[in-house]
Amino acid sequence: MRTRDRLLDPRLSRALGVASLVSLVVLALFGLWGAPEDGTQKEAQRLMYLHVPAAWLAYLAFGVTAAASALFLWPRTRSLVWDRLAGASAELGVLFTALTLVLGSLWGKPVWGIWWAWDARLVTTAVLFFLYLGYLALRRIPSGDPIGSAKRNAIAALIAFVDVPIVHFSVEWWRTLHQKATVFNPQLDAKIDGVMALTLWIGVIAFTILYLYLLDKRYRLASLEDEMEEREVEAAIAERIGAPVEVAR
Amino acid sequence: MSVWREAGLVAGKDLRIESRSRVAVSQILPFGLIVILLFAFALDPDRGFLARVAPGLFWIAVLLASLLAIGRAFQTEEQHNARDGLRLAGLDGAAIFLGKAAAIALELLVLEAILGTGVVLLYNVSVHGIGVLLLTALAATIGLAATGTLYGVLAAGIRLRETLLPLLLLPVLAPVMLGATRAFEDGLEGAPGDAWPWVALLGIFAVLYTAIGVLAFGPLWEES
Repeated sequence: MRTRDRLLDPRLSRALGVASLVSLVVLALFGLWGAPEDGTQKEAQRLMYLHVPAAWLAYLAFGVTAAASALFLWPRTRSLVWDRLAGASAELGVLFTALTLVLGSLWGKPVWGIWWAWDARLVTTAVLFFLYLGYLALRRIPSGDPIGSAKRNAIAALIAFVDVPIVHFSVEWWRTLHQKATVFNPQLDAKIDGVMALTLWIGVIAFTILYLYLLDKRYRLASLEDEMEEREVEAAIAERIGAPVEVAR
Repeated sequence: MSVWREAGLVAGKDLRIESRSRVAVSQILPFGLIVILLFAFALDPDRGFLARVAPGLFWIAVLLASLLAIGRAFQTEEQHNARDGLRLAGLDGAAIFLGKAAAIALELLVLEAILGTGVVLLYNVSVHGIGVLLLTALAATIGLAATGTLYGVLAAGIRLRETLLPLLLLPVLAPVMLGATRAFEDGLEGAPGDAWPWVALLGIFAVLYTAIGVLAFGPLWEES
């Protein structure tokens, strides 16, 4: 089965790289200086401009993994393109989930006084992290049959995806049944300043561009890995039958 | 042959293997019991902790032992090319799934009965609301067995299966752990009314993963 070895045109990919760099610089300028200081949380609130976009990207990435897995399983759209895309996106999702947890923890310490709270959203995110870590571990195991293992990966991704709402509801239920008041500062829900909202949007856009850029790079890497494996097999076969070996470029 | 009859045959085969090899009785059950004992070392039995957190400890012990039972259910298929034999038998994938899951569920129910007795005796727990406890255990066990069978076949035939299976299973089973523990707590505290939402959650989980297993087991079984 032939698959495309690049997700995006190299020029487009380069443009995305430049755009993500520029937008991250703009985000840093707005986040650190442009946006006003928060009344109650002071400087610590500025972590929001990284934490919230990271969380949003994690959900987007897992959504893309689920969609790509479904497209692989659908016979009419079956292609290893979707398998690679699902894997690349899940890796980024795990990365952004880890980032969300670490940034949230750093934010929680000065604001709530604790690194970790048994809040529904935190626990769900942590379970999500492990759920997809397992999926990545499954993907990492080599197999001689690319289509077979791609099918396995796709089913695993969908099973994990189905679990997400159940985990979310059960954890939410647990925490609301047993703990009436949450540690979340009510100030967080207060009206958000115009420049703050703008900065948050810049963060979401910058992270999305960065995600697309990294997705393309990770896809390219996966296809190069597959190609290398193919060439190694070919070289081994050639060696066996005594044919002249063409040294890999 | 109907799917149910085929499932019955597969379940009978697995249970017969277990009754002859006695791995479940001689290894998995003692493992569960030693875990129960170790919790008492970790949490001082004299301070009354154990009785209060008994539901959670019980389900952790069941969860850990079930990992072994699930691994075992697929390990038997690896020996003597049993997997190929079963595949050539022309059984429906859904039937193999239901049969293997039913065998695991039955084993786990027996395990839970013995571990539960151990917890009641060793941790000095007074039992109330037995109906809620039984229904919770049934729903949670079906969910455990269905998910376990599904992930068991997913990891079947690949290297590093033993270390991969727990990482795949435990996060998915987080809601089962949570629901079963809360329902047991409510039941033991004499507030069975609070337990019903959790039992419902466990029931939904069991139905959902049984349905996914019926659909997905066939293709996965062919690939494994």
